[in-house]
Amino acid sequence: MQPVNPHDAARRDPAPSRLSYRVQRWWLTPNFRRMVRYGLPIASIALALLWVFSVEENRAVIEEQIAEIRRAVAERPEFMVKAMAVDGASEELGEDIREVLPVDFPISSFDLELQDMKAVVEQLDAVAQAELRIKAGGILQLEVTERMPAIVWRNRGTLELLDETGRRVAAITHRSQRRDLPLIVGEGADQAVPEALALFAAATPLEPRLRGLVRMGERRWDVALDRQQRILLPEQGAVQTLQQVMALDQAKDVLDRNIIDFDMRDPARPTLRLAAPAVEDLHRIRALEIGGSGQ
Amino acid sequence: MSDLYESQRAMRNMRQAAMQRGVIAILDVGSSKIACLVLRFDGPGRVTGDDGVGSLAGQSAFRVIGAATTRSRGVRFGEIDAMQETERAVRTALQAAQKMAQVRVDHVIACFAGGNPRSYGLAGAIDIHDTVVSEHDVARVMASCDVPDFGEGREVLHAQPVNFALDHRSGLGDPRGQIGNSLACDMHLLTIDMGAVQNLLYCIKRCDMELAGIASSAYVSGVSSLVEDEQRLGAACVDMGGGATGLSIFIKKHMIYSDSVRLGGDHVTQDISKGLQIPMATAERIKTFYGGVVATGMDDREMIEIGGDTGDWEHDRRTVSRAELIGIMRPRVEEILEEVRACLDRAGFEHLPSQQIVLTGGASQIPGLDGLAPKVLGNQVRIGRPLRVQGLPQAATGAAFASAVGLCLFAAHPQDEWWDFEMPIERYPARSLRRAMRWFKDNW
Repeated sequence: MQPVNPHDAARRDPAPSRLSYRVQRWWLTPNFRRMVRYGLPIASIALALLWVFSVEENRAVIEEQIAEIRRAVAERPEFMVKAMAVDGASEELGEDIREVLPVDFPISSFDLELQDMKAVVEQLDAVAQAELRIKAGGILQLEVTERMPAIVWRNRGTLELLDETGRRVAAITHRSQRRDLPLIVGEGADQAVPEALALFAAATPLEPRLRGLVRMGERRWDVALDRQQRILLPEQGAVQTLQQVMALDQAKDVLDRNIIDFDMRDPARPTLRLAAPAVEDLHRIRALEIGGSGQ
Repeated sequence: MSDLYESQRAMRNMRQAAMQRGVIAILDVGSSKIACLVLRFDGPGRVTGDDGVGSLAGQSAFRVIGAATTRSRGVRFGEIDAMQETERAVRTALQAAQKMAQVRVDHVIACFAGGNPRSYGLAGAIDIHDTVVSEHDVARVMASCDVPDFGEGREVLHAQPVNFALDHRSGLGDPRGQIGNSLACDMHLLTIDMGAVQNLLYCIKRCDMELAGIASSAYVSGVSSLVEDEQRLGAACVDMGGGATGLSIFIKKHMIYSDSVRLGGDHVTQDISKGLQIPMATAERIKTFYGGVVATGMDDREMIEIGGDTGDWEHDRRTVSRAELIGIMRPRVEEILEEVRACLDRAGFEHLPSQQIVLTGGASQIPGLDGLAPKVLGNQVRIGRPLRVQGLPQAATGAAFASAVGLCLFAAHPQDEWWDFEMPIERYPARSLRRAMRWFKDNW
């Protein structure tokens, strides 16, 4: 039979065409193969992404989509915070805390920055330490350790409460509000609160007469007693010096006498300043002694 | 002579580069089939020299990872006859082998039977300057061989030193380092038609391959089919191919003579086709299924349907007895063997100490050849099959693949050829830079 297709005879030749031979050889080249298998897909995907992101509207749409998805997840009821509970704070402090943390409940826990909130709360003077966590049931639990006032500081006409490290706790309007706390006065007195507390502890025998401590020139303390009496303490070793004075007082009742200043600024050389009538008495007694001996 | 030297050295360098890269293709361009093997070289192999086995002459170094055969088109008498057809056939084989190997191959070593191979024995002698033979002296004695005038359009395919003689001691394998006064050398030179090589080169170029070596198929068949003691004691290998029958004579593990008879299995097929009036394809099929050279009484009764598609019932239902088929085949096979005998006589084969003849190649598989061949060629005839090499598919282990397997061995363990030695200084053109370099190298 005549071949129907005139190319039939040629097709019986099993030889590959030059092109298919070359293509197969390329395909057997490892680098070419790697390029086609990995290089081309990666390059085309990268190009497509580049093209998509190069258009402003596309970027906006994608960002919106992402935000939408994030919102959908964040606003699930499991993640919502409905209330805040403050533990360990006085009523007044609680009010303050609610004031500095303006959170609109309900809010998603994804939107709460607990670290930042903790920092904000701890910036309050009355707060020593704060712990925030989100409890089950959608409650923002805030545990506050309040700063305890240890001393009253009068400075330039204001009265402030300080804790034992000298940090400000609160302001008061009148000394009588906290008569139980000792008083310190003077510029820079808050810098030396620990020392002041130690001095108050050392001055317990003088308790009924003690009025307060005065910071002099931001470097040393004066102990102010009633009857305008003062004990001037040195910069270094103030506590020991005060104990020395206490001992002297117990032995000789120095402070009951009519003196104005007990100057211990040089502990090796205590100096007394007498009141004016006492000075006159002294002069008189001296004169008598001189007259008697002169005779 | 010098440009041949250069081109052969270039081919050798290319082969070394291919071995470094690890893969090389073997291409046997025959008249009936084109075979392609892909070899992978991966180091010296698992068998090391420690246990006395040796490196198996380089066989353990490679492994066949791809093999393909295709029907040959456009090749006659082992020479390329129709270039386009051959190119397509070569491409088919190379592609299939690469596909099987799953690796891209860039270098190919080829062999073919045609091109009228002609052998020359060369002799040369020199006086040695400083009593000890150096490599330089070896190169010089080889260069001193007087090359015969082998004619225009012929090219040297192999030029192997087969024997060295130092003073009066002959039969030296390696004279280097020995002491003597005069060094003589015998060299075997094989030339073929340049056109055949160029056609093959063109075909391989068209397949984007580079030719990394070329060999005579008679030689490589001998390498694979003769066992070692046959190669050492002297033997002839007859590679009975489709279009040409190659003949190579080995002694002391060197080929000393090669020739080819332009007759082969295709002529047997042709005779059957003509004698029985059937197409070549049917004749080939009948030959391979029912062929033989020794008829017995049984063969008279065994009828073979030879068929046909003319539509004539009488014509299409013809049968022929096997005895008739044998009657057609036998004279042609005898003729081939007689031609081989004539070649052997021309070569002086009867003077060799051993008269072993090994028949190999596709046409050696005719049943009964082992009975017929001794009557023509003498007593010591055997049918040879190529050596087994690692990874060779079962289908490619037959006698028809003797030259392909031999080419593998040739690639793995090539024999020293003339161009493997440094070119003697006298051969360099005067006042060349390389000559100056050589002078420096020799004197310091």
